[in-house]
Amino acid sequence: MSTQHSRSAARLMISPSVILLLAWMIIPLSLTLYFSFLRYNLLMPGANPFVGFENYTYFLTDPAFFSALTNTLVLVGGVLIITIVGGVLLALLLDQPMWGQGIVRILVIAPFFVMPTVSALVWKNMFMNPVNGLFAYMAKFLGLQPFDFLAHAPLASIILIVSWQWLPFATLILLTAMQSLDSERMEAAEMDGAGPLARFFYMVVPHLSRAITVVILIQTIFLLSVFAEILVTTNGGPGTSSTNLTYLVYAQSLLNFDVGGGSAGGVVAIILANIVAIFLMRMIGKNLDA
Amino acid sequence: MARAVTTNRKITMTVIAWSIGFLIFFPILWTVLTSFKSEAEAIASPPSFVFFDWTIENYGIVMERSNYFRFFMNSVVISVGSTLIGLIIAVPAAWSMAFVPGKGTKNILMWMLSTKMLPPVGVLIPIYLIFKNVGLLDTRTGLVIVLTLINLPIIIWMLYTYFKEIPVDILEAARMDGASLRNEIIYVLTPMAVPGIASTMLLNIILAWNEAFWTLNLTAANAAPLTAFIASYSSPEGLFYAKLSAASTMAIAPILIMGWFSQKQLVRGLTFGAVK
Amino acid sequence: MGRITLDKVAKRFGEVEVIPPLDLTIEEGEFVVFVGPSGCGKSTLLRLIAGLEDVSGGQIRIDGKDATETPPAKRGLAMVFQSYALYPHMSVRKNIAFPLKMAGMPEDEQKRRIDNAAKVLNLTDYIDRRPGQLSGGQRQRVAIGRAIVREPAAFLFDEPLSNLDAALRVGMRLEITELHARLKTTMIYVTHDQVEAMTMADKIVVLRAGHIEQVGSPLELYRTPRNLFVAGFIGSPKMNLIEGSEASKHGCKTIGIRPEHISVSATEGMWKGRVGVSEHLGSDTFFYVHDTGLADDMTVRVPGEVELKAGDDVYLTPDMEKMHRFDDSGLRLS
Repeated sequence: MSTQHSRSAARLMISPSVILLLAWMIIPLSLTLYFSFLRYNLLMPGANPFVGFENYTYFLTDPAFFSALTNTLVLVGGVLIITIVGGVLLALLLDQPMWGQGIVRILVIAPFFVMPTVSALVWKNMFMNPVNGLFAYMAKFLGLQPFDFLAHAPLASIILIVSWQWLPFATLILLTAMQSLDSERMEAAEMDGAGPLARFFYMVVPHLSRAITVVILIQTIFLLSVFAEILVTTNGGPGTSSTNLTYLVYAQSLLNFDVGGGSAGGVVAIILANIVAIFLMRMIGKNLDA
Repeated sequence: MARAVTTNRKITMTVIAWSIGFLIFFPILWTVLTSFKSEAEAIASPPSFVFFDWTIENYGIVMERSNYFRFFMNSVVISVGSTLIGLIIAVPAAWSMAFVPGKGTKNILMWMLSTKMLPPVGVLIPIYLIFKNVGLLDTRTGLVIVLTLINLPIIIWMLYTYFKEIPVDILEAARMDGASLRNEIIYVLTPMAVPGIASTMLLNIILAWNEAFWTLNLTAANAAPLTAFIASYSSPEGLFYAKLSAASTMAIAPILIMGWFSQKQLVRGLTFGAVK
Repeated sequence: MGRITLDKVAKRFGEVEVIPPLDLTIEEGEFVVFVGPSGCGKSTLLRLIAGLEDVSGGQIRIDGKDATETPPAKRGLAMVFQSYALYPHMSVRKNIAFPLKMAGMPEDEQKRRIDNAAKVLNLTDYIDRRPGQLSGGQRQRVAIGRAIVREPAAFLFDEPLSNLDAALRVGMRLEITELHARLKTTMIYVTHDQVEAMTMADKIVVLRAGHIEQVGSPLELYRTPRNLFVAGFIGSPKMNLIEGSEASKHGCKTIGIRPEHISVSATEGMWKGRVGVSEHLGSDTFFYVHDTGLADDMTVRVPGEVELKAGDDVYLTPDMEKMHRFDDSGLRLS
């Protein structure tokens, strides 16, 4: 099907996408990079002098940066652990014969489709609120002191909310992967004398490892950019105890109007994301036989 | 495995799975239930599960007081608009990469994917400033542009994986049967590609509907979609649980229903074909 | 209508030369089979004729007109694909109608031709079904139906039977041959199966690595293979090829003797060996004879049933008249 005619038509058809994405990548990126070397604050109009790495020094030595970096890693790591472990268990469970499997699946998947602001607010107000939240009722019912989740364990609370949103994603992908496991191969393993545990560790786990890697990488990309959940629950506080890198850059640039500092933070975020992206791209590239 | 399963085991699994499913779904269910309560009942202690005076007054209040319809329309315009424009740009690109692959095809695909890996916060400032200068800030057009661009790689990838599944033989057969490129696309390719295009559209509308970084940062009063509308309940209105619930239910219901239909495509779309 | 001439046609994929410049003429009304092992370029050659691939050099003429640059749709050829390539979203009727619709044929003429094709191919009962609801053999017939309604200058078949089971394959082979006898249209048929080639072709083109090894009628190839490759490829079971002193006796590098041209005796003969595996087909018996000192294993085909057990001594005598002789470069010595 590769004739000269179709090849030139193909190039023509692909060019709009390429041009748009190229523009979308290059223009803002170069601007971010450029701004990051300027002293540039929207509240102080006038010249924006070139200051070299001053913004970076300032941003990277800011104690808030270190705390944001830690929070980002804890948030991503915590959510990954919960969703992967939970996802494998749920996928195993949903793969068993049962009645109403389709309905259970629908129930489990639902949280993924809830917009981040809704899930954050519902959890914050209706569950975690220390006075009227459902958790407070349960604590009182059990004779315990209600716990103010977002004030005393803000990061853990956000991890819980975000995990609830992403658990369905992990479950769905792992379930899909599990169902693609060839049942004849499992039967062959059984004929070869492998018990249920051996089958799980020697057949299921290696089969899932690929899907698990994909889940980790893709979730990481999204989790590095968690924003709305923090904005509507804690605003990054108390202090900076629930500020992640994305939120810190947002606060720096759109709340403090420090374009230069925010841009430097943006560049740092890009570098971090790229480290993950490289691994993800390799995984996906291997699977692509274009 | 085609094999008899003991009924006991099946019952156990059913009970466990249903309980866990219910637990995971509970926050949504609770939100929907609360949206039908009066404010007093919404914070009553002990909370009542279903035995309360059902009312729909919250929905009326939310719609009236906050110009709900406008936010809703913004969400519709932004998500559907960005998806349609994205499809128009992506279909030819995915078509050509799937059916006329060249040496660079794989690299182009990977590069497109890499633009999706760009953290939004890394480009927030330039986009914000550019939009401010050209008057796109807080406009539907501006958001449609941004969401089209951020979702374009996903659209292209999903379409590409679907198109890849259409056997090249069939297109060649059409050509041998005398179909011009135009007729080939109209009579053969399109009917075979429609299911894939439809799933791509569905998933993309969902992603755009729920997008909450750009929609929160680039809008204020005019173009704000439901994500931003709900965020405004952050405080202190959020303490009015019944109204918060009604607003939330309205914001998530359409997408929840679409989402249930697109389960299978979700996996393919969000893993870029790496898991099917 | 339907004379196809290839004049120094060549195909390169990048640096790789798949088909070196090659000349071939396919006469009007001929049933030509391209046969060769996988990767020999036979499908590529067919696709060049179809116009689905660009030629890298040379000229393709259809009925005397240069068609080298003509797009596939305009060449007036019909093709049946290995995968059948039916349109899954169209009924059988619409599949068959598609080329006619593309040609802008009037509805009533379309209907007449479709009904006719459906009758010829026994598709009338399935005419409103979708391809997904048909069996392999039925799909195959729809693909053929789609090709014949256009009344093309030539039919191109790309391994059309390879997805069918053995019994169906024999049946369809016969149907295609009968179709050719009735339509008398040029057919070019690609296969890796030399049995299909032998049974169907007027003319066989044996290909290896893009080269034409020999062109001829089935019996020409069987009786006088031009070289060792054709000798080994045509005929089943394969010809026995013997080198060394036995060949030197006949003044050549290699001698070839077909399994059916060797007679077997328990008591006397030219070559002594020991019976290994024997395959009893009823009509024939194949023996694989070891330790003859000639070749690793000699294959012998004997009509009917012969009682010889594994391990028995056996004497083989070739029919000298039907022995083939090949020189150092593998070419036939007259």
